[in-house]
Parts: sequence; structure tokens; C-alpha cells
Amino acid sequence: MAKMDINKNKPLEFGLYSLGDHIINPLDGKRISQEQRIKEIIELAKYAEQADFDVFAVGESHQEFFTTQAHTVVLGAIAQATNKIKVSSSSSIVSTTDPVRLYEDFATIDLISGGRAEIIGGRASRVGLFELLGYDVRDYEELYEEKFELLLELNKSNNITWDGKYRAALNNIEILPQPIDDQLPIWRAVGGPPASAIKAGRQGVPMNITTLGGPAASFKYSIDIYRETAREHGFDTSKETLPVATSSLLFAADTTQEALAGMYPHLNVGMSFIRGQGYPKGQFAQAPDYREALMVGSANEIIEKILYQHELYDHQRFMGQIDFGGVPYEKLMKVVDIMGAKVIPEVTKHLGGK
Amino acid sequence: MNVLVLAASNVGTKTKTAMSYIHKTLEEKHSEHDITFIDFIDKKMEFADGRNYLEWTGDTLEVTTAVMNADVIYIGFPIFQASIPAVLKNLFDLLPVNALLDKTVGIVSTAGSEKHFLIAEMTLKPILNYMKAHVVQSTVFITEKAFSRGEIVEDDIIVRLENLTEQTLTIAKAHEQIRIEEESKYGF
Repeated sequence: MAKMDINKNKPLEFGLYSLGDHIINPLDGKRISQEQRIKEIIELAKYAEQADFDVFAVGESHQEFFTTQAHTVVLGAIAQATNKIKVSSSSSIVSTTDPVRLYEDFATIDLISGGRAEIIGGRASRVGLFELLGYDVRDYEELYEEKFELLLELNKSNNITWDGKYRAALNNIEILPQPIDDQLPIWRAVGGPPASAIKAGRQGVPMNITTLGGPAASFKYSIDIYRETAREHGFDTSKETLPVATSSLLFAADTTQEALAGMYPHLNVGMSFIRGQGYPKGQFAQAPDYREALMVGSANEIIEKILYQHELYDHQRFMGQIDFGGVPYEKLMKVVDIMGAKVIPEVTKHLGGK
Repeated sequence: MNVLVLAASNVGTKTKTAMSYIHKTLEEKHSEHDITFIDFIDKKMEFADGRNYLEWTGDTLEVTTAVMNADVIYIGFPIFQASIPAVLKNLFDLLPVNALLDKTVGIVSTAGSEKHFLIAEMTLKPILNYMKAHVVQSTVFITEKAFSRGEIVEDDIIVRLENLTEQTLTIAKAHEQIRIEEESKYGF
């Protein structure tokens, strides 16, 4: 298993992730250009780095209202623009990518960044990209499983011999370039329900689970069964080998009310654009409660939520998505400022980190 | 409000006749609303496969979008094999979880036999409730003898359809009021 490089000084790593959505800002009805959006994501990575975030991740989504389809290219730019933050994906769609190509891309990002690259491999939540990239959505399940297996194999040695159904066989072929330490941290992206968590456990790979909203306790079962399944299959479930990361929408402000008012229009309009259904206001109003997974609130409320979740999950990384729904850059900076000045140091202190 | 009248059958005339009556009543008495009438006979719907409804094209996208945009939906359906017809179940399967949240639904069922009186209660209402609709409790059940050559000929049924039309709108307005009142408390 690849070294996971979880920050030893921090009981909980902090990360930001973007799906690269490109939606109007509901506050002024305008949409920035694709060019500006991509440049702002790169700027955000730099800004997150100076605020002591450990990870910055960019995902690919091949549908309307998104702009980081070529996420590895954006991650290459981030690798060059930053110095210490880990450069990750959120996620890379393994099902519709050649794992060899994916590995080459991330090994290259690892070389550019000086060993900071990692892959979070997912299996897509939309069907459009299967058609776009020439795959049959009926193979949805198997495409992902086979290709993810190959990706893990590629990480084990420099030369690969492999045979499968969805890609040409590989006969003792050397994969180049190789990452700095010959291996990359590879996580499996998992939705909330337990079925995928069980698969991650069976495979013995680190898990990044989405905890977008609803009662935080409802995700505990998936995390518990992930570790339990991994143990049953003979894997070492220590934090160093099989860390767990959670991903949630995040918005921090000076007060609860400011946080609610600051996030709601973006979340509601963003959801309408990409899912065709807004976010119910009544449900959102309950979000500051510490037991609710959606990370919205004042700094103290966010701290309380993260600590509560840490008690439930004993996870090693928290990933926040702050730019969903056309959030203007100044607002993003403010959230990063609050996280960097208060939330990250307080949580780290509470959990006994340095 | 956006009002959608759905004749959810791909065959026959009874459901269409009943729903056309509701549509006509709405046009005459409530033209202040945006009223849409969809007859499944005219639509070619794809089978649900789990994708988000926005990823469909053609009639499937048009019909699902009309449902998602509606505040009030009148659903009329015939009874096949003691249940709702496949085209109607398929429509629900095409939609997201909680798709009917904040929507009010009025129900009309048509049947060849009195035996099917409770089908709306037993098969449709559980689905609508699961999908978070506000369901108007009284439904209209119509059998063969109320129809003649594309018209409704029983006064009892006409009165019940008119009542359902009004009651559904009233309940929708009441829920809208409650929602506005609740949301005004949040201050965002």
C-alpha cells in the first residue's frame, strides 16, 4: 500500500475541493468567463495554502455548467503555483479514463509538485460522460471496478503485466514517468450509502466519503462498515494505512445568520442548475445545528460540527467545498480566512495536534 | 402558480376526457395560472435508468421538466392490472428523490370496474407521499358509465371533478402561504 502521507502534526487534515462548476452568481445574475473561473480556482489553491490547508483538490464533471473537465491540467497549474499543499482530485473519473493515462498524468503532477500529488478515484454520478468519452453506461459498475483495480496495480510496481475486459492487455510494460516515491496515495471516492463503503473496505483502499447533508450520524454506519469490512479482509485499518476523509459543502462566516444568508442563494441556485431542484429552505435553516453534516455556520459552529464528526467518525481528513453555485472570489477568500484563522487552529488544538 | 394537468395513459380515451374537463375548468375559471396539459398518448417516454432527469432529451425531458416546474399537478390515470399504468410509474422513476416536495397533487382514476375503487389509495398515494407531495385526500373515481363518446355525461362526476379542481388549488395556496410564513422566519 502506498504511503498516505497524512500530516503527522495534525490529527485531522483540512482540504478544499472544487468540482469546477461554472454557474451564474445568483446575487448579480452574471457568470464569469471560463478563463476567469479556472484562474480563480488556481488562485484559491494558493490562498488555501497560505491559510494552512493541507490539501487542494479539483474534480472533473463533463456536463453543462462545469469547467474543469481537464482537471489534471488544472492540477498541473496548481502544482506549479503552490509549494506545500497536497494536490488531489475530487474526483478523477476512473471509469471513463484509461488508468495508465491517469497514472501518467498524476505521476507528472507529482514530479512538478515535488511529491504532493494524489488521486481520489470516483465512478461518476452522471451518464453524459459515458457517451461523450465513448463508453457504454451499462458497463457502469464493471468499468469502474476493473479500471480502479488496474490503477492500484500500476501503483505497485514500475512494470505492469495485466489483462482485462475494458482495455488492451499490458505485457511487462514500464509506466513512465514514475512519481517521486514510486507510489501515489490513491483514495476511493464513495457516496454516502454503505454499499460503496463496503467495496472500498473489501479492496483495502483509503476512503473519501461524501457527507453533503443530513444528520452527520447517518454516515457513521458507512464508515464503521468500511473499517469492519477491511479488517475482515485482512487489511491493516490503522489511520496511517487506511485513513478516512469526508467531503462536505462548507461556508463559514462571522455569525450564523451571515453564514446562512451568505450560502443559501448559491446552494439553492447551484442545485437548481445541476440537479433541477433547489435546496429546501426549511432544511437549510436547520444546518447550523452541530449534528447536521452540512458545514455552514459561524467559526465556533463549524468547529463544534467538525469535533462532533471526529468523535463519530475518527476520520483523518476533512474536505470542504466552498465554491459551489457561483460564489464570488471575495466570498471564498473570507471563508478561507475564517478557516485559517480560527477553525483549523482550534480543531487542531482540541484534537491534540501541534 | 404553475399548474400541470397530466393524462397519464398511453391508450384509450377515458382518462384524457376526464383530464380535459379539469383543464377546461382551469382555463375558464383560473386563467391567472400558467396551465399546461400533457397527454401521454402524444409523448414518447424513455424508461428510467437512474440518470438525473436533466440528462434526458426530447419528450422525456419535456415531461419531467414540466412536473419539476409545477406547483400543482392533477394526475389522471387508468387502472391496469389493479395498479397504476406503467407509463405513470415510469414517470415517477424518472424523477429525483423528493421531486414532489412543495407540490400539491389532485388525483383522478378511471376504471372499467367498480372493483378498482381503492387503487388510487393503495398504489398511487403511497408513492406520492414518499415523494413528499401534498396529496388532496379526496380523489375522483370514474367508471365506464360516466362516459359517452368523449364526454362525461354524469352530473355527479362533473361536480366531483369541479370540486377536485377547486380543492386542489385551495390546498396548494394554503401550503404556499404556510411555506412563505415559515421561510420568512429564517431571515435569509
